[in-house]
Amino acid sequence: MLDSKIPEGLLADKWNNYKAKAKLVNPANRKKLHVIVVGTGLAGASCAASLAEQGYNVQSFCFQDSARRAHSVAAQGGVNAAKNYKNDGDSIFRMFYDTIKGGDFRSREANVYRLAECSASLIDQSVAQGVPFAREYGGYLNNRSFGGVQVSRTFYARGQTGQQLLLGAYQSLLRQVNTGKVTMHTRHEMLELVLVDGKAKGIIARNLETGALERHAADVVVLATGGYGKVYYLSTLAMGCNSSAIWRAHKKGAYMAGVSWIQFHPTCLPQHGENQSKLTLMSESLRNDGRIWVPKKVGDDRKPNSIPEEERDYYLERRYPAFGNLAPRDISSRAAKERIDAGYGAGPMKNAVYLDFSDAIAAQGKKNIEAKYSNLFAMYEKINGIDAYKEPMLISPAAHFTMGGLWVDYELMTTIPGLFALGEANFSDHGANRLGANSLLQACVDGYYIAPYTIPNYLAGELKTPKISTDHPAFAEAEKSVREQLNRFLESKGTLSADYFHKTIGRLLYEKCGLSRTKENLKEAILDIQSLKASFEKDLLITGDDTLNSELEKAGRIADYIELAELMCHDALQREESCGAHFREEYQTSDGEAVRNDSDFCYVSAWEWKGKKQSPKLHKEQLTFKSVELAVRSYK
Amino acid sequence: MKLYLKIWRQLNTSSKGEMVDYEIDGVTEHMSFLEMLDLLNESLVQLHERVIEFDHDCREGICGQCGIMINGRAHGPLKHTTTCQLHMRSFKDGDTIYIEPFRATAFPVLRDLKIDRTAFDAIIASGGYIGASTGQAPEANSIPISYETVEASFDAAACIGCGACVATCKNSSAALFVGAKITHLALLPQGKIEASKRVLTMVNQMDMEGFGSCTNTEACEAECPQGISVLSIAKMNYEYNKALIFKK
Amino acid sequence: MLTMKSTTLKNKLIIAFTGLFLCFFLVIHLLGNLQLFLPEDQAREQFNWYSNALSGNILIKIISWVLYLSLIGHAVYALIITTKNNTANGKNYHYDKRNFSSAWNSRNMGILGTILLIFLIIHFKDFWYTYKFTNLPVDAAGHKDLYEVVVQSYSQLWYVILYEISFIALGFHLLHGFFSASRTLGLYHPKYVKAIKIFGWGYTLIITAGFMAIPLYIHFK
Repeated sequence: MLDSKIPEGLLADKWNNYKAKAKLVNPANRKKLHVIVVGTGLAGASCAASLAEQGYNVQSFCFQDSARRAHSVAAQGGVNAAKNYKNDGDSIFRMFYDTIKGGDFRSREANVYRLAECSASLIDQSVAQGVPFAREYGGYLNNRSFGGVQVSRTFYARGQTGQQLLLGAYQSLLRQVNTGKVTMHTRHEMLELVLVDGKAKGIIARNLETGALERHAADVVVLATGGYGKVYYLSTLAMGCNSSAIWRAHKKGAYMAGVSWIQFHPTCLPQHGENQSKLTLMSESLRNDGRIWVPKKVGDDRKPNSIPEEERDYYLERRYPAFGNLAPRDISSRAAKERIDAGYGAGPMKNAVYLDFSDAIAAQGKKNIEAKYSNLFAMYEKINGIDAYKEPMLISPAAHFTMGGLWVDYELMTTIPGLFALGEANFSDHGANRLGANSLLQACVDGYYIAPYTIPNYLAGELKTPKISTDHPAFAEAEKSVREQLNRFLESKGTLSADYFHKTIGRLLYEKCGLSRTKENLKEAILDIQSLKASFEKDLLITGDDTLNSELEKAGRIADYIELAELMCHDALQREESCGAHFREEYQTSDGEAVRNDSDFCYVSAWEWKGKKQSPKLHKEQLTFKSVELAVRSYK
Repeated sequence: MKLYLKIWRQLNTSSKGEMVDYEIDGVTEHMSFLEMLDLLNESLVQLHERVIEFDHDCREGICGQCGIMINGRAHGPLKHTTTCQLHMRSFKDGDTIYIEPFRATAFPVLRDLKIDRTAFDAIIASGGYIGASTGQAPEANSIPISYETVEASFDAAACIGCGACVATCKNSSAALFVGAKITHLALLPQGKIEASKRVLTMVNQMDMEGFGSCTNTEACEAECPQGISVLSIAKMNYEYNKALIFKK
Repeated sequence: MLTMKSTTLKNKLIIAFTGLFLCFFLVIHLLGNLQLFLPEDQAREQFNWYSNALSGNILIKIISWVLYLSLIGHAVYALIITTKNNTANGKNYHYDKRNFSSAWNSRNMGILGTILLIFLIIHFKDFWYTYKFTNLPVDAAGHKDLYEVVVQSYSQLWYVILYEISFIALGFHLLHGFFSASRTLGLYHPKYVKAIKIFGWGYTLIITAGFMAIPLYIHFK
């Protein structure tokens, strides 16, 4: 039975009630306790810095060459906070409601409320760290409105909010490195979780510079390793983003939840060739002034500017007259896919839609459009060599954010005692769809505001547990299994590169477990993945040695992705409804809108790993809503 | 298009290394520079050879992990562009391209094009922060900061820490990197309090890491992907001189 | 608690201060030399009187010692920094086009400085040493006739060419040196930068043109 450990009391009191009762560790005892934090993005760096400030000994790991490069750095838009600076009716409750509605009522009330509750102090402390948020001329903080909400609550630092927040967290982390409370392990990848008596007690990490396997013991292990959208290969994520840490924890007993809930961002640059590695995201703010359309004729090969107005289909304005081009991400992405699949796609590969600024330029003047978006237009030209002031941009949806992840309770602890999951790596606050500017928020709130209470609460019980040395048989066994896998890869002398498998699994998921899914496709996908798995075991070709070797790194990540992909399909297949980012074609209205099934599927699906040969086992965490009424999301 | 590549191969920090010739065909102008290297690596795998190691991650110009000397210029021929944002349309069929790692004594080569930039982390750790504890802080709007100040601070804070400034500097000076952090924090009221201590420790650390001395050639500004102004170096000097004169 | 080993910026400060003092000296030097443009008789009398006055005054003596120290300090610290920078630079690039992104003179202050140093040795030997340590004929007023030395020297074409080349080097050295020193001293505000740019260019052009004009004027007179 899954216990989400939601505290007693009214919704608004729950977090305070928790904090009032949480156990504390005496400052003198804190230096006896060790914490491992994997990942140095917003969640990881903030958690590591906060715990080190409290006096715990922290070991921080990242696979990049510096903590500052974690993928939080790439977030553009902003971070939400219920500050109500604009006096436009915002409040903690409204933010809570927007988030839970945006998530299509598939997240926990208590968690989401806490997210909104902690949002205001995040802005305060970020300013104290020196984050240069945008200001008004009077010197006070500025903010703006973002997709899916009706108030202004998004704080931003130009188009580089993620970078600036991350630098704040990174600097706090390095400040603790300087005091000696944090030991940094850059270019290290966690390859196994070590359990002793059922509790997380350490990790096996590979030093990516030397190839050495290292054992690290601790009293608690925190995974803040981000999302796994890169499973689709072509995505907005960084090349190194991976699921290995959470997946290996999953195979050690941690449940995965909401696995197939992946957000596709509607405004990304389309694929243009087989060798492409990345779909760059263009800020959603472009949709404020750009109009999205496709030709009315199937396979229209004319240049966009020579297609007359009456032969253009502004499908978002047509289908959602109230929200038009500003419809939420899942809806816009799906609508684009519908048009592309029906053969109306634009661009050389017929895989994109137009985002047209000609009306906005005519109405506001080129100067004003430049003032708002010049950096984005410049980026577009850099990548595509096309001047978007003269010709519409080509955009298409791309895999972006994973709402799913390790199942965690209210304390952000997984089903393995002593193993915590923070940020995008966990399933918690976004339900089936995430609202814009909530991901930075969740990562920061998890690391700065929640973990610093819930981890000590756990550690208080660990003071009396005997210290585990890295000579413990559990470490030896974990290291051996990692070593065996690495050796297997190094001996793989098939014909296909690691990238080939990554691209194949990605394409398969885009087709069958992407923006829209069907029972048939998912069943097929599971079989396809199983045969791909078999092929991976015999056809993989890895060159290089067991020292610094990027091909070897990729092989491990892809092995995990293939297994994860299968679970994604199981999850999508089992959930016979359409909710948020999960769209099952069988469950839609006659005009193509999602149909949620609250009577049968108002729960979180948490999956248990049952071994390579067996299907995963489903555990249900029933969601109950006491403060909001379940409503149909309508943006018409 | 077909290209002739001359790529630096080096097994590890202590080995010697050399330029090795490669030929690559089937490159299209839409490919990014790193995708071209992916393609080359794919062919090396098929030949059962060790691939060319290079650093990269976000491939959208913000993480700062990529950084290669391309035809003798940091991040290649375009101004204010990271290696990952450079596309093959900047080259033409039959071109010869020289590909080398960023070089500086403080950035030892790990393998091929991968270098060790932990010196930058060490400089930040020495004092590149505001000494505020996480979590709790006074209301954000209690310290108004003028629009101009925040914008100027942001201009410096935009640094992505890629190291192109060091690679392109004839002195391998890290002055732009350090100056950018000093400027970002010293302009803000929250950061002013520790400004003297910060600049002294960071400059000290910069020296200890073995970076050279800035002679104001301004090459760093021209190659910086974020276009950070050399004025931030002047700001660092200003803060340093002030600290020398007024420190207790 | 902190051991301040940092020398980079301190060394830079020494170079900046000595450099700026030399800039200041050049102004005085040029002003004095402008007397050479006077009609010949008047120039001879006044220039020799001026040279005599400079060598007698105690204040001038102190300043000249500062001048010698500045010259030596400027060169020695430049050498120290260059050595350090070479160490920091490590291995060379096989294919190096870094010169695309900076001005030639800013990258070659060492070469320009070396030309100036060679020039100074010749200049000191031919004027300073000759004036101080040899017996020169005297003019009507009884002052050593340095003016005659000047005229004799500049009557030789190769000597004029040597001086002109050195002054061109001086101009490039001054241009970057002036901006660089202002940076090192920490003048960072965008508003000042513009003023410094204008002043630096103006200063460099006047000093260089002034010094270049003298040998030409005397040679072709």
